[in-house]
Amino acid sequence: MQFGIFTVGDVTTDPTTGRTPTEHERIKAQIEIAKKAEEVGLDVVAVGQHHNPPFVASAPTTTLAYIGAQTENILLSTSTTLITTTDPVRIAEDYATLQHLVDGRMDLMLGRGNTGPVYPWFGKDIRQGIELAVENYALLHKLWHEDVVNWSGQHRTALQGFTSTPRPLDGVAPFVWHGSIRSPEIAEQAAYYGDGFFANHIFWPKEHTQQLVNLYRRRFAHYGHGTQEQAIVGLGGHVFIRPNSQDAVREFRPYFDNAPVYGNGPSLEDFSQQTPLTVGSPQQVIERTLSFRDYVGDYQRQLFLVDHAGLPLKTVLEQLDLLGEEVVPVLRKEFEALRAPGVPDAPLHPRVRGVVPDDATPVNARDYWTGTRAEDSNSLSDNLA
Amino acid sequence: MAKDSPNIVVVSGGLRSPSTTRLLADELSAQVSANLPNANIDMIELRELAHPIADAMLSGFPSGALAQAVESVYASDGLVVVSPTFSGSYSGLFKSFFDILERERLTDLPTLLAATGGSSRHSLMIDHALRPLFTYLGTAPVRTGVFAATQDFGGHSSAELGERIHRSVQEFTRAVTASTRDPQAFEQEVTPFTELLARGD
Repeated sequence: MQFGIFTVGDVTTDPTTGRTPTEHERIKAQIEIAKKAEEVGLDVVAVGQHHNPPFVASAPTTTLAYIGAQTENILLSTSTTLITTTDPVRIAEDYATLQHLVDGRMDLMLGRGNTGPVYPWFGKDIRQGIELAVENYALLHKLWHEDVVNWSGQHRTALQGFTSTPRPLDGVAPFVWHGSIRSPEIAEQAAYYGDGFFANHIFWPKEHTQQLVNLYRRRFAHYGHGTQEQAIVGLGGHVFIRPNSQDAVREFRPYFDNAPVYGNGPSLEDFSQQTPLTVGSPQQVIERTLSFRDYVGDYQRQLFLVDHAGLPLKTVLEQLDLLGEEVVPVLRKEFEALRAPGVPDAPLHPRVRGVVPDDATPVNARDYWTGTRAEDSNSLSDNLA
Repeated sequence: MAKDSPNIVVVSGGLRSPSTTRLLADELSAQVSANLPNANIDMIELRELAHPIADAMLSGFPSGALAQAVESVYASDGLVVVSPTFSGSYSGLFKSFFDILERERLTDLPTLLAATGGSSRHSLMIDHALRPLFTYLGTAPVRTGVFAATQDFGGHSSAELGERIHRSVQEFTRAVTASTRDPQAFEQEVTPFTELLARGD
């Protein structure tokens, strides 16, 4: 099972000091957070994609490549990559490039985004959000699995004889998670392709998650990818940890009360009871997280949100220490002991598992129309001369 | 596909206690019960849910007693709504409750529209404010709405109010009995992916 962190990259004023980090500080903080996550032994770091203030996360592959260059082991992912408003051709190219740069140490999570005007800003219609997610991913999937693509659809200019480059590393497309809060269509989409399904889980009652994961598992089996138990499930989590539970509550309350998502609404206590939010000691976080398994079954990836609502970098790094030292090692052991036989891990690129294909000899791409290769150009000009 | 024992939900949006809105809601509830003796009638008093409604608007989901109220509306076979008239329209709290609901879950729900107000000069509020709202929500409001001004609770106009209640409840009863709405239909629905893909063609 994989444990990690996910972020949306918000720039939020620290309500206890009134200080707002600059964009520069926040972007650099994301790198520090990722490096710390690796240092404390977490498996995954995922960054968001937004195209509006107060977020700084508009270029996930740039950020991930920078993190990738400064880390060795941690898997790079997204939370989420906007499949609705980003050109699927650019997703294919950008993420395949990242995959090569980090030797396969990446995957991605697709999402629709929830900021209305982003759709018209990118020339799309929010009323077609699901249709965009369906059509754009169908194209992305084709671009990664077929060398030469002929394609036409409703939402993008048609492609004839198009090859998305670079091709996926060793011919293995990046693993895709489909993220959703409550859209059954997205669970259905993940099941259809046999991809992973990530339930956002946080900020919402667990019933949403339970329903969608059950639907995804059922349909995963229906489409013949394996048993329901073999479906690949990820969950979000939302924690604030201090060695002493009362300290955690006291310190986190002002951040909770002013947080962009739920601030000025339900009390910290009510929200903790109604949603997966857990503010307390390492032991409390461990128990709550283990309880997720009771309603989704054995799952493959647990990501925690630890850096939002204006929490200062120093505090976030302390959270990572507590996660890495006291929470995750116990969770690893406990989940492993509980896991039913035959439940797979989340797929990793063969190179991450240490498998470099014997036939990794380069296959040179030929131009679809002329049949020539880049290295033919010399002999071609020789012939012409 | 009328049920032997339909589930009827009455939503009362009065803010004071005692409230004339609740008085009208109780009268409508009694008349519905007389017409549909096997009906299960559930009364939702919005005043008790005011804080959870505000929380749900901020957090995006209803919880606790509000979640139960929302579920009972979804599961209902007939809906009676009663709002006080504030500033010429339904109250903000009343609207907020219906803002929280998912309209897909209300499709074809037979609905009786009712309101109270300080004077009969507001009586068109039912057709100018309530009816468009419940049409937008996809419900099936019956033709006759019931508006009760303060003066209708006594004197010569009270008989007319009784007559309007009677007529509206008759229409509502027929609508509930004839309804083919299946409250469970929404939950069973999964659109197969090939169908989702084909939408782009």
